[in-house]
Amino acid sequence: MKEELEKRIIKGPDGLEFEVEPLRDYYCEAPPTVMPAAYSKIVEDLFNWARSESIWILGFGTGCGAIEMRPLMTPRFDAYRFGVQWRPTPRQSNLFVISGYLSVKTLKRVIRSYEQMQNPKYVVGLGSCTINGGMYWDSYNTIKRLDQYLPVDLYIAGCMPRPEALLQGFADLKKLIRSGKAEGANEYAEKFEWYKANQKKVINDWDMPDYNW
Amino acid sequence: MQFEWIQIPYALLTLSIIINFGLLMNAFVAKIGARVGRRVGIPIYQNYIDLIKNYGLRSSITHGVMFYLGPVFRLTGGIGLLMFVPTIYGSVMFSNFSFAGDLILALYFIFFGTLGMALGAGESGHPHAAIGVSRGLSQVTMAELPLALAVFSIALQYNTLSVTEIVAAQQGGVLNWTLFTNPLAVVAAMLSFLGSVMRPPFDVVLAPQEIPIGPPTEYHSSYLALMQTNRVIFPIAKMVIFMNLFFGGADNWPVFFVKIFMIYMFAVFIGVVFPRFRVEQSIRWFLIWAVPIGILAVIVV
Repeated sequence: MKEELEKRIIKGPDGLEFEVEPLRDYYCEAPPTVMPAAYSKIVEDLFNWARSESIWILGFGTGCGAIEMRPLMTPRFDAYRFGVQWRPTPRQSNLFVISGYLSVKTLKRVIRSYEQMQNPKYVVGLGSCTINGGMYWDSYNTIKRLDQYLPVDLYIAGCMPRPEALLQGFADLKKLIRSGKAEGANEYAEKFEWYKANQKKVINDWDMPDYNW
Repeated sequence: MQFEWIQIPYALLTLSIIINFGLLMNAFVAKIGARVGRRVGIPIYQNYIDLIKNYGLRSSITHGVMFYLGPVFRLTGGIGLLMFVPTIYGSVMFSNFSFAGDLILALYFIFFGTLGMALGAGESGHPHAAIGVSRGLSQVTMAELPLALAVFSIALQYNTLSVTEIVAAQQGGVLNWTLFTNPLAVVAAMLSFLGSVMRPPFDVVLAPQEIPIGPPTEYHSSYLALMQTNRVIFPIAKMVIFMNLFFGGADNWPVFFVKIFMIYMFAVFIGVVFPRFRVEQSIRWFLIWAVPIGILAVIVV
């Protein structure tokens, strides 16, 4: 645990002393809960359709695959016409594209960002590295199978997949969302202990609360 | 004119027309931008889907009471601004509650949403939100100055603060518009308009490349959807005021749509040509170019 995260007493500029416990003060410690779908099926279908047609991607490139996402904004591929766009903040994003290898250090940031996203949220694994480690299969500091740490909705295989493959992946993800099968956020909440145990197994310097939204 | 209950459904009708028009116009402008860049661009109905999606997200978290009230205040500012000016001149249905408010109230409503947003975004505790808010408040305050001067000038010119009477005085030909009878005030106000539509060169408040979208960084789900709704209403409400004060108002909907679109395209054209100002640059720009014209407008009148 880093020093600045420990519980301590701080003297303010006006001479007043107060206690600070960063992990409790700055984060919410409530575990995620399973969020039920809308009461009526028609409404849920409408929402699922809207979710599938308005996919907001978190602008967070984790590995070399992030380079394949940039051309999607250009005239040649233009993902905007499919309702896909990039958001700079996890609060407003729905889709997390794990783009390529994921080092343990990045995994920590990925978990924090993922948990700040709002339900329903989707994860797409891009490239072979997220499936079985790919060319980093014997690396000491990358994770090998992404679905042990986060609920993955879809994989796009290849090393690297072309932007066309990504577009096809988005199209497949849309079908999943529309049929109501992309319930990764609820799965994460259901198997929360299992995911947390896996995450803590690889992240040695765990200096954040278990659930930090 | 007195308040009558039938005005409430009329006002709701105005509001729904404005929201639909705004959603389509924003998508249309985005599409023009995309076509200029040789892209296909978003579908014209994309903004509707985004709204439904954001209202339909299952979870949302709060950072406190003001965080919750921020978007509400902002929406109040937008709707309030729209309700107290006559949308369609001479129409009983679409004059809304313009008999109850005057220009000063409109000026107040323009600022109201920004203040609410500042409080809400401040409570979210995100540093980018705080930076965005401080930039936004200083820039909007500065941009408001030439507008206030222009409004004084107009009020002196027509000897009234009532928007309806100002529109009435401009009827009967293009040359009766304030644009031709008091061009200095119009120039000052249009320069001030640039500062408040969040398009370049004055979009450093949101600045997606520097401070990830600024004040709304922490806003999500329904909060964000409320703000998106206001994003549609507020600029149009503001343009309605401009149209009424400077461009002769509109006595039917087609004229209204065309005039609003032209006023908006003015900001869009400026935006695609000029790069983004930093805050101190934009404040200096308003002080040097817009404010003197506003003062001149007051003096000349």
